[in-house]
Amino acid sequence: MDATIKKQLEKTACKVRMGVIEGVFNAKSGHPGGSLSISDVLTYLYFAKLNVDPKNPKWADRDRFVLSKGHCAPALYAVLAERGFFDKSELKSLRHIGAMLQGHPDMKGTPGVDMSTGSLGQGISAAAGMALGGKLSSAAYKVYTILGDGEIEEGQVWEAAMFAAHNKLDNLVAIVDNNGLQIDGKITDVCSPMPITDKFEAFGWHVITMDAHDFDDIERSFDEAEKINGKPVAIVMSSVKGKGVSFMENQVGWHGTAPNAEQYAQAMDELNKRLESLED
Amino acid sequence: MADVIKKATRESYGEALAELADEYEDLIVLDADLAAATKTGIFKKAHPERFIDCGIAEANMMGVAAGLSTTGKKVFASSFAMFAAGRAYEIVRNSIGYPHLNVKIGATHAGISVGEDGATHQCNEDIALMRTIPGMTIICPADDVETKAAVKAALDFNGPVYMRFGRLAVENFNDKDTYKFEIGKGIELRDGKDVTIIATGLMVGEARKAADILEAKGISARVINMHTIKPIDKDIICKAAKETGVIVTAEEHSVIGGLGSAVAEVVTECCPVPVIKVGVNDVFGHSGPAVDLLKEFGLCAENIAEKAEAAVKLKK
Repeated sequence: MDATIKKQLEKTACKVRMGVIEGVFNAKSGHPGGSLSISDVLTYLYFAKLNVDPKNPKWADRDRFVLSKGHCAPALYAVLAERGFFDKSELKSLRHIGAMLQGHPDMKGTPGVDMSTGSLGQGISAAAGMALGGKLSSAAYKVYTILGDGEIEEGQVWEAAMFAAHNKLDNLVAIVDNNGLQIDGKITDVCSPMPITDKFEAFGWHVITMDAHDFDDIERSFDEAEKINGKPVAIVMSSVKGKGVSFMENQVGWHGTAPNAEQYAQAMDELNKRLESLED
Repeated sequence: MADVIKKATRESYGEALAELADEYEDLIVLDADLAAATKTGIFKKAHPERFIDCGIAEANMMGVAAGLSTTGKKVFASSFAMFAAGRAYEIVRNSIGYPHLNVKIGATHAGISVGEDGATHQCNEDIALMRTIPGMTIICPADDVETKAAVKAALDFNGPVYMRFGRLAVENFNDKDTYKFEIGKGIELRDGKDVTIIATGLMVGEARKAADILEAKGISARVINMHTIKPIDKDIICKAAKETGVIVTAEEHSVIGGLGSAVAEVVTECCPVPVIKVGVNDVFGHSGPAVDLLKEFGLCAENIAEKAEAAVKLKK
């Protein structure tokens, strides 16, 4: 990847992370851990990949994105605001009464949200439906969805996996955020969905593994995904839950907890310093 | 004159989809390995390129339907009521109902008249489940003519619709040349002053016969075909409550949460009068021929007439 573009994406991802912290802190609830683990890939998608128009969010030929792990809405909102779908000030009223930004994505109320999600396992089916719609209409758009590694314990995910492969939905890319943690602990301790890559392969998908926090690897993976014909693509990305905020990294407790004022200040300080270092 | 034919509403449903395919070019039909039974197979045969079999995976099918609808397709997703409303309930609620997507659910094999397959497949709870989803429209047509008109109306309507069809052949009583279907508008089939029978689906035919039985006994029964259970026609219910003073509801569904409950909810607010419910009395069904089961569970003209006769006596 071009060094200038890479640096720009890293800066944007840093701002997205600040948006996550801002939203969750002001909401006094929400899911920072998994939001931070997908911040880089969301930044890449919205700033380097998706063919979308913030001025015309419902444009029929746009690429679609479905956040199947809907609880990580703070990251989606932060990236949509950064991309200009709505004003960043909205992040401060996340989860408040009367606010546009609901606890989980609401396609009816939020520009840029392509599917209402939150109940795990459902987004990938909707994404498959969108991809099928594209095929039936001979449309060129692609559909991307992000699932949690805990989420894939839902049986519906595998119904959708079977369906997408059977229908040769090569316009569908499912990204699995493999941060290794779910609410009750390590995914391997709770009810292991491993091996994830083998499972998707067995279901007839083309599988790519990716470092979730390396833009070079992210670009390589999505470039590869684009070249695949006749199969849906699963990108299983190794990520760090809480990535970018030192005390949240790899801590299961930050799955669904908001920072207090002190923790908020520390997180923002760390992210500001990171941003400054990238400005040099 | 009405066409004298006997046909299951599932059959009429499958025919309607095939007949409407040319007019509705964006119509896509999904099924979950039951096309031969739900009769979407009729559509599949005519338009294989617009039919998608999702396999035995109803949860995913409802999600796919949701996603497809966002791309501008008019989607019908079909399975047995048990799986469409029961197994896939939460997907219908969250992926279709919450975003109010333009998905039609064609649920066949509703009620006890599934027959020999027995309790696991006799869904007497689907109306109750679907009624609780905000913005869901629920239609339960009574015969061939009404089914075809209802399928077209659902396609013209922008939003989620749950359509309930039966396995058992029922007599057609509507005239296809004059019949008019309007979502949310009950139809008074017969005027009466002593009691009102409000029925839906297969029980409408039974209600008409019950009115004949009652007439022979000197009781004047009004009969209302409530083909739309949600949004329910409050006006026609309140008028009936005021003018006849007592209501009997008849449905091939549990007495909990279905048509009877919906009618009672309206009546208690506008004009409290007794509402007697004929339906499945909070029990599971069992195997047997459909017609015998309907009689055994009291889902027949004789029982409606008996309940109506008793109901009249409740009036002061």
